[in-house]
Amino acid sequence: MFGFWRETRLMMVRNLTRWARNPAWLMVGLFQPILYLLLFAPLLDSLHMPGVDQGNTLKSFTPGLLVMLAMNAGFAGMNILDDLHDGVIERLRVTPASRLALILGIVLCEVLIALLSSLLLILAAVPMGFRADWPGIALLFGLLVLVHTMMVSASYAVALAIKDSNALAAMASAITIPLLLLSGVLLPLTLAPASIRTIAHANPFFYVVDAARALASGEFGNPDVLRAFVIVGALAVLALLWATRRFRQAVA
Amino acid sequence: MNPIIETRQLKKEFRVRQSKERQPQIIEAVKGIDLVVRAGEIFGFLGPNGAGKTTTLRMLATLIPPSSGQATIAGYDLAREAKQIRSCIGYVSQAGGADVTATGRENLMLQAQLHGLSRRDAEQHTNALLDVLELEALADRLVKTYSGGQRRRLDLALGMVHRPRLLFLDEPTTGLDPQSRARLWDEVRRLRADGTTIFLTTHYLEEADALADRLGIMDDGLIVAEGTPESLKQQIAGDVITFGVKSSNGTRQKLEALFCQQPYVREVHPADNQIQLYVERGEENLPALLHLLDAAGLAVQRVALTRPSLDDVFLRKTGRSLREEHA
Ligand SMILES: Nc1ncnc2c1ncn2[C@@H]1O[C@H](COP(=O)(O)OP(=O)(O)OP(=O)(O)O)[C@@H](O)[C@H]1O
Ligand SMILES: [Mg+2]
Repeated sequence: MFGFWRETRLMMVRNLTRWARNPAWLMVGLFQPILYLLLFAPLLDSLHMPGVDQGNTLKSFTPGLLVMLAMNAGFAGMNILDDLHDGVIERLRVTPASRLALILGIVLCEVLIALLSSLLLILAAVPMGFRADWPGIALLFGLLVLVHTMMVSASYAVALAIKDSNALAAMASAITIPLLLLSGVLLPLTLAPASIRTIAHANPFFYVVDAARALASGEFGNPDVLRAFVIVGALAVLALLWATRRFRQAVA
Repeated sequence: MNPIIETRQLKKEFRVRQSKERQPQIIEAVKGIDLVVRAGEIFGFLGPNGAGKTTTLRMLATLIPPSSGQATIAGYDLAREAKQIRSCIGYVSQAGGADVTATGRENLMLQAQLHGLSRRDAEQHTNALLDVLELEALADRLVKTYSGGQRRRLDLALGMVHRPRLLFLDEPTTGLDPQSRARLWDEVRRLRADGTTIFLTTHYLEEADALADRLGIMDDGLIVAEGTPESLKQQIAGDVITFGVKSSNGTRQKLEALFCQQPYVREVHPADNQIQLYVERGEENLPALLHLLDAAGLAVQRVALTRPSLDDVFLRKTGRSLREEHA
């Protein structure tokens, strides 16, 4: 067990170092969401409804933006393809290190950076009038760990299977855009026809968005919260196992 | 000595789908090989491009599963005990596997620690190896700034940093200058002296000859010959002794008759103004032959003793020359 976490940590540090060496990349990753916020928040103003102040619109929009960020994780697999083509993965596979630990270390590095950028987003929203239930936000970050783990792992698994970054990018957008539209982040699905709403129920992000909004308002008892944790938690584990399986067989 | 690698009918087929044809094509990269590598030896795999050397190494290094057949490595079964095997081996692939976005030292530290070394041991091994492979000056530079040969040396270091019992080197010296090559040979011999078993592949006849204790010659997915470089060459026809003679027929016939009577002379090939003999242990028997000529009062103009090369072995086994392909 000690060996497992050591291996995970070693891989995580290795990938974090790689990020740190590429400041431009890191800056985009960290500050892009703030850009979204700055661009979108004025739009919220125009949506301004009588009797609802901007703080309240932000309260529903900011958690949504956090979930939107997780969609970017669908492209994470591109990073592992360089390693695959340089033979780094095969070199790692010749060590007796746990395959799950190796992949988990890389996944957690991506998750950590995504959480950091989510945190920056929240901090940036506060001066704009964002008010939330902070314990609820803390729990929301717990949910985000699972969401990002699920997305990054799935992206790695697909990347290692198709081995081509262009194909991966095409596939990631083809999948994440419908997931986004059907999650209710951008437009409330209450406006959608019944058939679309039925389909939306097959989308894990639908539950995540509901849970995120509930948590931001401190509604811990809301059944949406537990449901999201269970669904996304299970999917995160499955995606991680899928990525590990792919990693185990990965050949350049 | 105990075998550290033993394979039985080890086979690998690749399925490749060519865009035009519907039917996937099956490539038999390794066609069922039985191989024994003994603990503590340097075993060399010699063969032309596409012979299946890399594929064999990748199977033995647990990277790709065999299509059929069995292998035991360090006493562990390849199919069931891959993890135990990995803790005994080091592997340097033909294409290398260094992370170009990290420094040489970071690469080595990571690899050593993933092999289970403590941080301190990893540091110590890393420093020692940087010294041996003359990489200290580059150690803290990003690998993407290395030259080809420098990078190759780092690849090699990555395979040995944890001091494995069994080291696979796939074409270790390709791309190295003569000095680096000589240093690597020394290092490989030193590792063997410390008890490491080394399994390497090469295209270079000289390298196979100079470095390997035993050799497997591979062609088209099969091992066509196996043995010490010496025994492989002896197996051909012993050594070659060439006498230059004047074309006065009397002397020639007497010489031929004399040579044929000697038990250690295997074949006699007369040509225009020379006679070529294939002789067992030429070095020992040449003085005796000269002595015989003296005693019989026969004169020769020139004498040359040459050894058959591994290329002669390859030629004899496959009908093709290794040299031509790489010339
Ligand atoms: N992943 C693969 N998919 C399909 N065919 C492959 C694959 N890897 C190797 N082959 C084929 O298997 C055969 C043996 O290849 P291998 O790489 O083992 O040769 P080699 O002896 O190492 O050659 P070289 O001296 O060029 O390195 C070749 O015909 C090659 O085209
Ligand atoms: Mg090869």
